[in-house]
Amino acid sequence: MIKERHLNIFVLGLLIFVPIFAYWNDQPFTITLMTRAVIFAIAAVGLNLALGIGGFISFGHAAFFGLGGYVMGILAWHSQNYVTLVEWPILIEGTKSMPIIWIITIAASALLAAIIGMISLKTTGVYFIMITLAFAQMMYYFSTSWSAYGGEDGLSIYVRNNFPGLNTLDPIQFFSICCVILLIVLFFMGRLIKSPFGLALNASRQSRQRIEAVGFDFHKLQLTAFILSGAITGLSGALFADLNRFVSPSMFSWQLSGEFIVFIIIGGVGRLFGPVIGALIFVWLEHLIGGISDYWHIFLGFILLAIVLFGKGGITGLLCQKDAQHE
Amino acid sequence: MSNPILEANKLCKTFGSLVAVQDVSIDIHKDEIHAVIGPNGAGKSTLISQICGSLSSDKGSVFLLGRDITNLPTEKRASLGIGRTFQISALAKEDTVLENAILGSVGASGKHWRFFNPVLKNSILRDEAESCLELVGLKDLINLKTATLSHGQLRLLEVAIALTLKPKVFIMDEPMAGLGSDGTKQLTEFLDKLRERAPILLVEHDMDAVFALANRITVLDYGRVIASDNASSIKKDPEVQKAYLGEG
Amino acid sequence: MSFVLIAEQILNGLQFGIMLFLMSAGLTLIFGVMGLINLAHGSLYMIGAFVAAAVASATGSFILALVAALSAAALAGAIVEITIIRKLYNRNHLDQVLATFALILIFSEGTRWVFGSFPLYLDAPSYLQGAVTLPGGIQYPLYRITLIFFGLIIGLGLGLLITKTRLGVQIRAGENDREMVSALGVNISKLYTFIFALGAALAGLAGALVGAIQSVEVGMGEPVLILAFVVIVIGGIGSVKGALIGSILVGLTDTLGGIFLPKFFSFFMDLATATNVGSSIASMSIYILMSIVLVWRPTGLFGQKV
Repeated sequence: MIKERHLNIFVLGLLIFVPIFAYWNDQPFTITLMTRAVIFAIAAVGLNLALGIGGFISFGHAAFFGLGGYVMGILAWHSQNYVTLVEWPILIEGTKSMPIIWIITIAASALLAAIIGMISLKTTGVYFIMITLAFAQMMYYFSTSWSAYGGEDGLSIYVRNNFPGLNTLDPIQFFSICCVILLIVLFFMGRLIKSPFGLALNASRQSRQRIEAVGFDFHKLQLTAFILSGAITGLSGALFADLNRFVSPSMFSWQLSGEFIVFIIIGGVGRLFGPVIGALIFVWLEHLIGGISDYWHIFLGFILLAIVLFGKGGITGLLCQKDAQHE
Repeated sequence: MSNPILEANKLCKTFGSLVAVQDVSIDIHKDEIHAVIGPNGAGKSTLISQICGSLSSDKGSVFLLGRDITNLPTEKRASLGIGRTFQISALAKEDTVLENAILGSVGASGKHWRFFNPVLKNSILRDEAESCLELVGLKDLINLKTATLSHGQLRLLEVAIALTLKPKVFIMDEPMAGLGSDGTKQLTEFLDKLRERAPILLVEHDMDAVFALANRITVLDYGRVIASDNASSIKKDPEVQKAYLGEG
Repeated sequence: MSFVLIAEQILNGLQFGIMLFLMSAGLTLIFGVMGLINLAHGSLYMIGAFVAAAVASATGSFILALVAALSAAALAGAIVEITIIRKLYNRNHLDQVLATFALILIFSEGTRWVFGSFPLYLDAPSYLQGAVTLPGGIQYPLYRITLIFFGLIIGLGLGLLITKTRLGVQIRAGENDREMVSALGVNISKLYTFIFALGAALAGLAGALVGAIQSVEVGMGEPVLILAFVVIVIGGIGSVKGALIGSILVGLTDTLGGIFLPKFFSFFMDLATATNVGSSIASMSIYILMSIVLVWRPTGLFGQKV
């Protein structure tokens, strides 16, 4: 058995040295694969706040992922085609600047999470699962029917967006941007879990009565967590669209919402690095098995069934059982 | 007589055709322990839930220090000064004892929306939580997972969390339930002193504890108050004996 | 807009709703009795459609295809219940979601592996092709009318099964109190397998019936599954009556919204924009309906209050 902290350090090492190694050996594809994993990790870290700490199972986080993708896509599309975004009451142009796109993405995802959260957090349990799934599906159909931004075909961006001082088209530089964002998100999440808010959110999962008896507003607590969670997942969506230079309704698909949950389960629910480990393993397996067989989802299905039926606590739980008990 | 700390006026609650609580009025004054007793199903738990806000009342009103709190949600009542302990422990079982207690200090401090600084490193909140745990005798267990505590220790932790809230009034739902005779004796001694901090509304089945502690006793039966007086008068009340003590 | 067009659209919505009901009835029963959220219900719908298409093309008989679809889905349901689902009843929702999500992956890729990636086609039998003239001069496809009646008969049969038979008593008792059912000496695990297979059979039947209107392809089950979720959230989880009313509401809202909203917007904007905005909002209409119901009644129209 190993300490969870040591496992986390090992994962951090992987995140940094695998791409450097790939860079030296001129394997840009490996770097792109790592970038994909890192972006998925950010999405899942966001979801883990709602699902793992708050305990409300959102099966619709692709709504935020896709929204992030479209915010990026729409802003960049207007910029590359020299079409103004809004002419009245104030003139707003598109943009190709990543930092600006990110800020708008975070705000838009937070707003969407506030709306979805206000309606769906009135319910609990299975209702919540189904309703979040339904809202993500609503975004999916909305995007397919909105022909101004490509409808079912989605939007292509010719050139990756800009970041001051970096060449974002270089795989290692774009990877570094995504990786730094992941580390920043993890740092804040690590602080958040231990903060008064995190402590209360964690307790609210275990006993609603307790949290109210000490004076916390249960609904505000959950809604705040849901908004933060949606904003983080939304940000990852903007990065994902930038990675592919393409956004389409498939970023809203229910399969993605399911895969985000899978990342968390593989890695370990409620653990800080769980989603990161899960996303890394998922992308690696997808590449490995997907290279051998066209039907890799069958294997994924069986692996997942085995984890649910026989393994508890995911990879982190498997490796760090003792640690968790003694904590 | 001074103004009551907590006052409930003619509370009513029905579930379908069942009348759980009917026109129950009760008040708690400074420095006293006011016990509520009655057979199972008499409406004691419903009454507590109405006072604490986890159940809404059909009729009647609740005042805390003269302020109408009848329509406030549970968390608002808690932050205004109602410190409740639960009959079935409502605790974050996966967290440590200290984390549970510090949750109370955070709740009472009003610093709910702090997202960045580790709460366990906040010495003010931590000291408060630790001193409350020390008062109930759980000081040595602060780093244990709550799930590993014994039944009696869980009850004490409930009391400790209520203490961290620095409430104006304690509302305790069967704190002695399931404690051994030693535990009951210890908790009785503790509550006896606790009334100086804030008065206690005590729902309890253990009659020895009730008669040892209570300044006043209200007896409920079928959702109604059938008697309310000091301990010795209650003991002699024929209606109470008929309905409750079964010595008719 | 003519009366005939409106009547046709109402019938379309009704037909869509009735097919949704076949899906959601099983889903709501499985949740109500066993407390299981089953994402793989859409896979059983897909299995029904594929088996029906395969049997119809091999034998040429539509009836045989329907019987085969129903049996295959029921069998698949029973096997899955006995091997996997049974272990999930006492698990939390997260485990149920993940395990049944895994089942979707296995079923979908398995079907792709067996039947390939190209869609199959299933034709309505010749005696149900063509149109009938309804009162008021409405021309409507005979097959769709048959679906509406067929679905209503099944709904009626299901209602009778639950309210009038001994099995129905057990099902209703199971919804209220599981321990009581086993105290009554009912073989609980057989009852659960039966209910799961019944739900699967209904889903498979729906897949086969719809397969004659749409193409039969991998992934056809999940959009319907999610709509069925919307239905049972609106109707209230566990309530078959709620599922029926929810289905028809969703069917009508979806169909009529797609037709009338673009027209509605064309009153105050140009046609192209109106079509665009109207169809975008129409695509959201059933979710808006769901939100309104939830704000009003958080446990659905006929759900038990928590």
